[in-house]
Amino acid sequence: MLGSRLAAAGVALVMVVGSAAAQPARPTDPQIAHIAYTAGQVDIAAAKLALQKSHNAQVREFAADMVRDHTAVNDKALALVKKLGVTPADNPTSEALVKQGEENRARLAKLDGAAFDKAYVDNEVAYHREVNGALEKTLIPSASNHELKALLETGLKIFQGHQQHAEMIAAALQ
Amino acid sequence: MRGEVFAAAGIFLAATGAASADTITVEIAKLAFVPAQVTAHVGDTIVWKNEDFITHTATARNHEWDVTIPAHATGRAVLSKPEVIDYFCRIHPNMRGRITVEEK
Ligand SMILES: [Cu+2]
Repeated sequence: MLGSRLAAAGVALVMVVGSAAAQPARPTDPQIAHIAYTAGQVDIAAAKLALQKSHNAQVREFAADMVRDHTAVNDKALALVKKLGVTPADNPTSEALVKQGEENRARLAKLDGAAFDKAYVDNEVAYHREVNGALEKTLIPSASNHELKALLETGLKIFQGHQQHAEMIAAALQ
Repeated sequence: MRGEVFAAAGIFLAATGAASADTITVEIAKLAFVPAQVTAHVGDTIVWKNEDFITHTATARNHEWDVTIPAHATGRAVLSKPEVIDYFCRIHPNMRGRITVEEK
């Protein structure tokens, strides 16, 4: 069960890593910006579902943190994209992230109470791990613009914090 | 007579206490407490100055204080007794700091 969830979370981001390995062409800055932005939007949508469904104070606080932090990072990303005159470009990775996020929310929507809390938090651990891996291995090294690179680096530290926080909650929910 | 001596001693202590209490600033930048380790004295105030664009907390492991520091704002805590306080950010537990509080 956990294995299949981890596998599902990995699918979209493996495409980024995989495509970088298979072709000399790395993701472009507009693609990178859009992938990072989309990854944030997917996490915000999951957090909003958690705020609707969960009654666990720790889980609700975590979800509120996710909405606030990912919104702040994405606001920075939008401002940077505007400043650089870059048009965010849809790509297979961002599309897969959206699809995977929708499937995840559909799965979570059917759960309630402790089962929902556990599934949401476990997915947050897996999702942040995957996104952080993609940032570290592909997105940050591929970014050309130094401001974009710096924002992604700060984002990585923020999301590593989220991953640790989610791991702590997951352990407490056992 | 005796009362006057005590009163005078009390004023003296209060005066030195106020004069020697320091404010120590710890910056928060790019998800780090800088410096991560500081030494202070009982009665001193720690001020955290958040340079990041997201909210952080300074949360003592021993639950003595839990300070929320919004983006581009400050938060503070007064150190009440000699001890070593390890603290972290509740939102980003990868952020950690330590304050060694010594007798005045
Ligand atoms: Cu923090």
